[in-house]
Amino acid sequence: MPLVSIVDVRKSFGSNEVLKGVSLPVERGDVVAIVGRSGSGKSTLLRCINGLESHDSGTITVDGLEVGGAATDMRVLRRQVGMIFQQFNLFPHLTALGNVMLAPRIVLKMGEREARDIALDMLAKVGLADKRDNYPSQLSGGQQQRVAIARALAMRPMALLCDEITSALDPELINEVLRVVETLASEGMTLMLVTHEMRFARDVGTKLVFMHQGRVHEEGPPKALFAAPQTLELQQFIGASRA
Amino acid sequence: MADFSLWVIVSNLLLAARWTIALSLIAFVCGGVVGLLLLFARISGVRLLERFVFLYVEFFQGTPLLMQMFMLFFGVALFGVEISPWMAASLALTLWTSAFLTEIWRGCVKSVPLGQWDAADSLGFNFVDLMRYVILPQALRISVPPTVGFLVQVVKGTALASIIGFVELTRAGTMINNATFRPFLVYTIVGLIYFALCFPLSLLAKSLERRLNAAR
Amino acid sequence: MIYKLQFADLLPYWDVLVRGLAFTILLTLASTLSGVAVGTLGASARTFGPQWLSRLVGAYVELIRNTPFLVQLFFVYFGLPAAGLKLTETQAAFIAMTINLGAYSTEIIRAGIEATPKGVIEAGVSLAMTRLQVLRHVVLKPAFEKVWPALASQIIIVMLGSSVVSQISAEDLTYAANFIQSRNFRAFESYFVVALAYLMLAILARAILRALGSRLFPKA
Ligand SMILES: Nc1ncnc2c1ncn2[C@@H]1O[C@H](COP(=O)(O)OP(=O)(O)O)[C@@H](O)[C@H]1O
Ligand SMILES: [Mg+2]
Repeated sequence: MPLVSIVDVRKSFGSNEVLKGVSLPVERGDVVAIVGRSGSGKSTLLRCINGLESHDSGTITVDGLEVGGAATDMRVLRRQVGMIFQQFNLFPHLTALGNVMLAPRIVLKMGEREARDIALDMLAKVGLADKRDNYPSQLSGGQQQRVAIARALAMRPMALLCDEITSALDPELINEVLRVVETLASEGMTLMLVTHEMRFARDVGTKLVFMHQGRVHEEGPPKALFAAPQTLELQQFIGASRA
Repeated sequence: MADFSLWVIVSNLLLAARWTIALSLIAFVCGGVVGLLLLFARISGVRLLERFVFLYVEFFQGTPLLMQMFMLFFGVALFGVEISPWMAASLALTLWTSAFLTEIWRGCVKSVPLGQWDAADSLGFNFVDLMRYVILPQALRISVPPTVGFLVQVVKGTALASIIGFVELTRAGTMINNATFRPFLVYTIVGLIYFALCFPLSLLAKSLERRLNAAR
Repeated sequence: MIYKLQFADLLPYWDVLVRGLAFTILLTLASTLSGVAVGTLGASARTFGPQWLSRLVGAYVELIRNTPFLVQLFFVYFGLPAAGLKLTETQAAFIAMTINLGAYSTEIIRAGIEATPKGVIEAGVSLAMTRLQVLRHVVLKPAFEKVWPALASQIIIVMLGSSVVSQISAEDLTYAANFIQSRNFRAFESYFVVALAYLMLAILARAILRALGSRLFPKA
């Protein structure tokens, strides 16, 4: 059974149908790169997986738990999937360490010591052990995003949802974040990442998903798809992003 | 008790509310004039004047309005001059209002970008012209919403005049209560009349502020 | 005629002054704690509560902010007993101040809450926090940090406004001045000294609140 299973999911905002029957299995260890034009429903799809948005029909399960199901405690489900945002969304009143420690402390009910050890491990993992006492406002965008990754990792999730996590960064800061993601991928973390970094999608992804007008328009192994896109829309999309 | 119908209570309170309005207007207008003079002193660049206004504001913002009224009421009498509660209340409210308005307006003047001061300076404007043609017109626009907002505080502040014996809305409420023994009803009506006076001003201040923010 | 100020006539009454001062400080302290608690609940309900509750809180805020504290005090002290709720002067003063500060701090804290970016709240939700945990750890703390200066000013305004509780015979600092001047007939001197005492309290309160702010919200 796939770790994340998405079957015929539909979602509308008012009369605007944004997801028009999306199906997608994600196995453990998969690195799914989701690409597509702005407005094609990529963010909405990710947000439906951890319940930030509720879908109208179809089913999403994470590790056997049905998203929005009557028997599902969404907070148990959310512990399994971390989310990283385009705008970092760090807690501005806490230091890097405070940001990473908070959820283990209050959600996982860890002791101060244990939470701190884990948080320091995670900060070291993203290369920011020395910035633990800095507040978000004292960190660069790339550093903030890496703290956000450490914050999600501290919950020991089974999968990470990344929504354009390098789009708000200056070009010279993008790589430091991508390197962290690459390491996670190589360690077997299940990842779903919406991205505009085509080369990264091709080199690191195990599966490419092209979303178009609320549907999965084309999917397959990244290298093959980039080399030979089957649909005109993906051809155009790849062409446009090379230019 | 039956002699005092609801209508008698309400109409008497409404009559007294005229004095609340009158006192508010006097305090606001006179306080505005004094406040403007203090404002000029506060930003005149003359150390002694600035220091004086600073202390003036500190005193009137840092002590209860009620104490200010008492001090005026009894302080003037020390000079052998009889002063009516009406005069004492008007004077105290004027001074109190001027301190707050000065401070509000100073904030508005300060928010005029520094470049404008320099630009006008380099054009050889003197202080009066600088104020008149450059700073005040700009500060005026942003000062309207908080000034209207402060008018609400003035209206509410006039209630304290009742304590030194001036018969305005609150005092009338107390007197009617003493005659009717219906405090719940009387103070509810008193409160509603104040609300009817203040709430439109609050709404106006809020909408002016929104319009100003939208314009920028 | 020249009047000579006689501050020495106040000296025999120093204990009255001290008791009034202590009363004002304690009353302010107690109603600050309860008022800010009411404001925190009010602001949370106003932003995150169901619509009916949000409207109710909104009405409370406007009603209080647009009527004089003195009338609120009379309503609580004279009006509520008539409706069956008996209160001592001190209880009435405490309740009126709590209601008053509660309304203002609701509005102040609400502004801080609304400045919280939506994404930060979503980050908290995504980390599996409960709504209450998000409110407490993610929303309220930075909100308080943001509005601390405004809250501090309001607390001082309420403290100075508390001088009217003498009107229902609560034995505060102003009550002490009233009492002393009725004995020694030095009205101006009494009110002047007490006004200075209020001024000192205001300055002290400002300093304490500022220190508390930088202790509560440490930031480089
Ligand atoms: N909260 C919302 N309310 C209304 N419409 C929304 C909302 N979120 C997204 N949409 C709409 O849904 C569509 C898909 O948005 P999104 O999932 O963000 O696309 P993408 O991430 O691929 O750019 C867009 O047309 C967008 O305007
Ligand atoms: Mg998006």
